[in-house]
Amino acid sequence: MAKKIRVLIAKPGLDGHDRGAKVIARALRDAGMEVIYTGLRQTPRDIVEAAIQEDVDAIGLSCLSGAHMTLFPEVVRLLRQKGAQEIVVAGGGIIPEEDIPKLKKAGIRAVFGPGTSLQDVVKFFEQAAGK
Amino acid sequence: MGENREELQRRLKRWEDTVLAEYMKERPESRKEFITTSSVPIRRLYTPLDLPPGHFEREVGLPGEYPYTRGVHPNMYRGRLWTMRMFSGLGSAEDTNRRFKYLIKHGETGLSVAFDMPTLYGYDTDDDEAKGEFGTCGVAVSSVKDMEVLFDGIDISEISTSMTINAPASVIWAMYLGNAERRGIPFSRLRGTIQNDILKEYQAQKEWIYPPEPSMRLVIDTFEYGSKMVPQWNTISISGYHIREAGATAVQELAFTLRNGLEYVQWAVDRGLEVDEFAPRLSFFFNSHNDLFEEIAKFRAARRIWAREMRETFKAKSPRSWWLRFHTQTAGVSLTAQQPETNIVRVALQGLAAVLGGTQSLHTNSYDEAYQVPNEKAVRIALRTQQILAHETGVVNTVDPLGGSYFIESLTDFMEEEAYKYFDRINRFGGCLPAIKKGFFQQEIANSAYRYQTEIENKERTIVGVNDYVTDEISVPEPLKISKASFEMQLKRLQSLRRSRDKRKHKKSLEKLHDVAAGKANTMPAILDAVRAHATLGEICTVLREVFGTWKEPLLY
Repeated sequence: MAKKIRVLIAKPGLDGHDRGAKVIARALRDAGMEVIYTGLRQTPRDIVEAAIQEDVDAIGLSCLSGAHMTLFPEVVRLLRQKGAQEIVVAGGGIIPEEDIPKLKKAGIRAVFGPGTSLQDVVKFFEQAAGK
Repeated sequence: MGENREELQRRLKRWEDTVLAEYMKERPESRKEFITTSSVPIRRLYTPLDLPPGHFEREVGLPGEYPYTRGVHPNMYRGRLWTMRMFSGLGSAEDTNRRFKYLIKHGETGLSVAFDMPTLYGYDTDDDEAKGEFGTCGVAVSSVKDMEVLFDGIDISEISTSMTINAPASVIWAMYLGNAERRGIPFSRLRGTIQNDILKEYQAQKEWIYPPEPSMRLVIDTFEYGSKMVPQWNTISISGYHIREAGATAVQELAFTLRNGLEYVQWAVDRGLEVDEFAPRLSFFFNSHNDLFEEIAKFRAARRIWAREMRETFKAKSPRSWWLRFHTQTAGVSLTAQQPETNIVRVALQGLAAVLGGTQSLHTNSYDEAYQVPNEKAVRIALRTQQILAHETGVVNTVDPLGGSYFIESLTDFMEEEAYKYFDRINRFGGCLPAIKKGFFQQEIANSAYRYQTEIENKERTIVGVNDYVTDEISVPEPLKISKASFEMQLKRLQSLRRSRDKRKHKKSLEKLHDVAAGKANTMPAILDAVRAHATLGEICTVLREVFGTWKEPLLY
């Protein structure tokens, strides 16, 4: 049996909007993945440590407070610093169109805005984990 | 009446067997089941048979009279329109002060402050925890100096101010009071609201600082202080809004909010407060989502439940204690990033539901909010939407225009019954706090959110522009950016306050607060003294964190 895809769903920063993160966590679990949900108010450092410790294939970041430009790239930077750049990072939330290319350039593989279908998110993580 | 009901029953049966059955042979219905936004099945037709005998006298009645199903005021909007109160906050106090003045110029009749994330969690702008979060979804207020700038040139003895602040509510309120004091405005003249609803933070919005018990104490401290010192202030806005936004159904929003309300009343009574002294200053805040009739029924049921509970359970004598007065905000979660202009229509219909439900004040969302804090044009259109409802549609001409509709009355009854079922379940946990600690509300909300999303995914539910009627066209609203200069201005003000204040007085005030918090006395006077001594929000909350500790929620999804 193939190893299950492991995904960390994380809420960086102070933002308490966890509806989307929880719905995504559940959709990925229902699609057969192992999901670790960090809960709220995680620093990029907390998230990277958890990702390495849990040996995940990918991280899904959710931020609706507008702090994504600070927090998302920091997660990628710390992953690289720890030599864990193979972990794929995606993000979602209230993210203005003009920020998306900048986030992608900073190493965020995909950015999901409001109205994204669960199927698209599931597909992304399946492909990202190479399965 | 009995005979009439039997006659009507026969007539209805005949209609179903003949008129309807024949028609349906040629035109069957498009779906097997018709459901509301909250997945409540709705019947094809409602008639007097759906309401029990004596229903009008017992459950509906007249506006301004118990049980207030039809509204808390006898003539509703014929006497006075709802307050048009737009939730606003961005960047620095200067930026938000400008936005307030812009909205007042365009006809807004009450102020509503949105604070940024660090402020909501009791951190100053220069705290490490605040990194990247300054001013992005509200205004930063770290000290009374920021409060002075925020309301500069605005007559706060006339206009009322609502502040969406919870865990650090008493501190931010003390800053508002401190600013009024400096301007020579007596506390008795001040009108406004602090949200101060900590229970729904643990359940839904998740902006807590301390554990539930000391947080509840801080809330009751404000009830006690307010009823004596700031008599026109609403010391709480018991909020379903965030519960709904987090994914709850309309019934869950209604049930959890009202049960939270009853929890606060019980705590205050246990403190020894007289119910009629504080209950008239309790206010409510609901969401208005897409389903017009479901929302209207929810508002009407809320008023009736509250009136009954306050009169029957808590034995309140003053009719003002029975009144459920509420603010409404249209559902942020219903806004689409796709074809964002269509949100103008959603907001108008949601606003209409609030007005038909008898709201006391209203915020209408801006069409660009699936992207950002609204730009000026978008917020003006949202305000204009309320003005159109008030002045063009004629919905204000009569009180509770839908009262007596078989459907609305039946749905109102349904909402009430379902809410009481939830009350029973919450009571079996031993009240709201044990239920929070077991994750009951959180799991109920997460389940509903997932079901709703799955319904959209499976196209059982159509969201225009998202899973049907999709276009490739990308229409991005004009972006709104918080300038770096605003951030620097805020930092400079904070640093100058720290440098120039009387160090001894400042230190003493925080020590005093520490002692009061560790004891049993009301914390409000000590918090106000600390604010007067120019202690910052972060400093005050640090003292309270030391005494009360912090909170970690049960992890579930």
